[in-house]
Amino acid sequence: MIDWGAIFSNAAVELISPTTAAYALAALGLAVHFGYTGLLNFGQAGFMALGAYGYAISILTFGFPVWGAVLVGIGASVVFALILGIPTLRLRADYLAIVTIAAAEIVRLLFTTNSFASVTGSANGLSGYKLGFAALNPIPEGTYGFGPFENNAYDWWLRIVAWSVVVLVALFIWQVMRSPWGRVIKGIREDEDAVRALGKNVYAYKMQSLILGGVFGTMAGMIFALPRAVVPSNYQTSLTFFIYAILLLGGAATILGPIIGSMIFWVLLSFFSGFIARAVEAGWLPFMTNVQAGQLRFILVGVAIMLIVIFRPQGIFGNKKELAFVH
Amino acid sequence: MSTNTVPNGKPVKSTDLHIGAAEPGCKKRDPILVAEGVSRTFGGLKAVDVDHLEIPRGAITALIGPNGAGKTTLFNLLTGFDKPDTGSWTFEGKSLAGMPAYRVARMGQIRTFQLTKALSLLTVMDNMKLGAKGQIGENLFRALLPFLWRKQEEENEAKALDLLARFKLDEKKDDYAASLSGGQRKLLEMARALMSDPTLVMLDEPMAGVNPALTQSLLDHILNLKAEGMTVLFVEHDMQMVRHIADWVVVMAEGRVVAEGDPHEVMKNQAVIDAYLGQHHDEDLGADTEHVEAIKELLDDKL
Repeated sequence: MIDWGAIFSNAAVELISPTTAAYALAALGLAVHFGYTGLLNFGQAGFMALGAYGYAISILTFGFPVWGAVLVGIGASVVFALILGIPTLRLRADYLAIVTIAAAEIVRLLFTTNSFASVTGSANGLSGYKLGFAALNPIPEGTYGFGPFENNAYDWWLRIVAWSVVVLVALFIWQVMRSPWGRVIKGIREDEDAVRALGKNVYAYKMQSLILGGVFGTMAGMIFALPRAVVPSNYQTSLTFFIYAILLLGGAATILGPIIGSMIFWVLLSFFSGFIARAVEAGWLPFMTNVQAGQLRFILVGVAIMLIVIFRPQGIFGNKKELAFVH
Repeated sequence: MSTNTVPNGKPVKSTDLHIGAAEPGCKKRDPILVAEGVSRTFGGLKAVDVDHLEIPRGAITALIGPNGAGKTTLFNLLTGFDKPDTGSWTFEGKSLAGMPAYRVARMGQIRTFQLTKALSLLTVMDNMKLGAKGQIGENLFRALLPFLWRKQEEENEAKALDLLARFKLDEKKDDYAASLSGGQRKLLEMARALMSDPTLVMLDEPMAGVNPALTQSLLDHILNLKAEGMTVLFVEHDMQMVRHIADWVVVMAEGRVVAEGDPHEVMKNQAVIDAYLGQHHDEDLGADTEHVEAIKELLDDKL
């Protein structure tokens, strides 16, 4: 028989896992890019990779403290945003999409190539950079919590930091988007020529937005790296598309959307994964091998997201009124 | 700012704007915009080739000409939305050549577009507030500190409400701009341009796609701009309207300025008749034949 309790319990773990927080943060960055400014950034995985590698390399190769490593990652993503933005932001929106998707792949391949293996670890990636972060943990040893939310001190420390960053970033975006700055940004999404005609330096605003969202992506990359090793194959284009799926699920120009969207995405993924694995074991799906079953969860998550997008196209937190005018 | 100076009946025309004969490129007594040798080619086509053009201050100047005459291209060049191959131009004595569009706008030369650019998913009020100049909170770091910009924001809001009331859009202030009709969007675009207190307002086909009921109100608003001391330059196809409100008319054909003058005189100019020849050769330029023909064609299709 299937152990439903274990399936639901494993799914619930994902609700507050650091990975969920990392995806939420990356999706918040994309919300700034795509939802608010209308920038088609298809390279969020590249920003995340720069965060993860910037953090790990700073500590492992250069022996930086945690705050120094964080600054290196953020600095790298600012430079990356400038390199992407300077040639493309004057052009039509689709050029940015092409350039970002290619640039993110270039970043990943640079981290994969054997030429820099002594620093990047090549395809094996990097690990052993968590001591500095763990040393900052003020929580005494032991396990805390209940049921699926029972973790040791390090895991709680990681969760608290990750979700605090998510909350701070969400508040930051909420504040700037209701300011005159946010009004210019949303105006650019609607029609940048009109905004230009009103005396706003559209290019500078788009650059600020690209950097801001990219920095959030980078911070997401660091959080993503803390519960696991940094492996280049984690930062493929599919990562960007998962984050887009989360963003559209929650609502593109919303603050809560990316956060709740990430929770739903990960809980569903974990639920389907657990359900299918056990269903195969129990012989419910005799035509399937375990390997095939591993892929099926993505199909089911895809179907679930399709249903949400069909029946609630503005996303969970999006404004229905906005869609009334989009044909 | 005078709130309601809607002219009754005949608008007051500004006269005696030029020096010497009213010919292409003639000098004006008080030009606000002076263009010299501006040209722009698209491939082999010379879209704009203007030797000399002066726009008189404090008057309403119409820029007319058949389709493809280069009116909109000239507009784009003068406002920094396009770069000319050659030429220079000054606005209030300051050179504008090579200046990006946003800086042209900041100098007080504000334009609207032929295809209305209302920011659809912003509210009418947000559209208006976006038009205000020198906003403290438009800096990312200051945006985080609302106490720095809240007062200015309230002032802008009051100003926007005042303008919206004049344009009869105040009841729509919390609606998305997308929910407005085509004519209302034109009004909103014009009202938004006024938020920055411009000195020169450039309207690209303000009447295109506006239903006749709104036309009169739009005309009054344009006349109001002049009454408030602004200079207006507009592109238009509707000759009735040009004759009604323009103080000065510049006629373009094939990229060149072919005639200039008082609206009543210029229609009799042989160069103007030649420019429109083929389309309106034997008809009164004032008659709105295009629309009549379009309606006839539509009726034929239906029957």
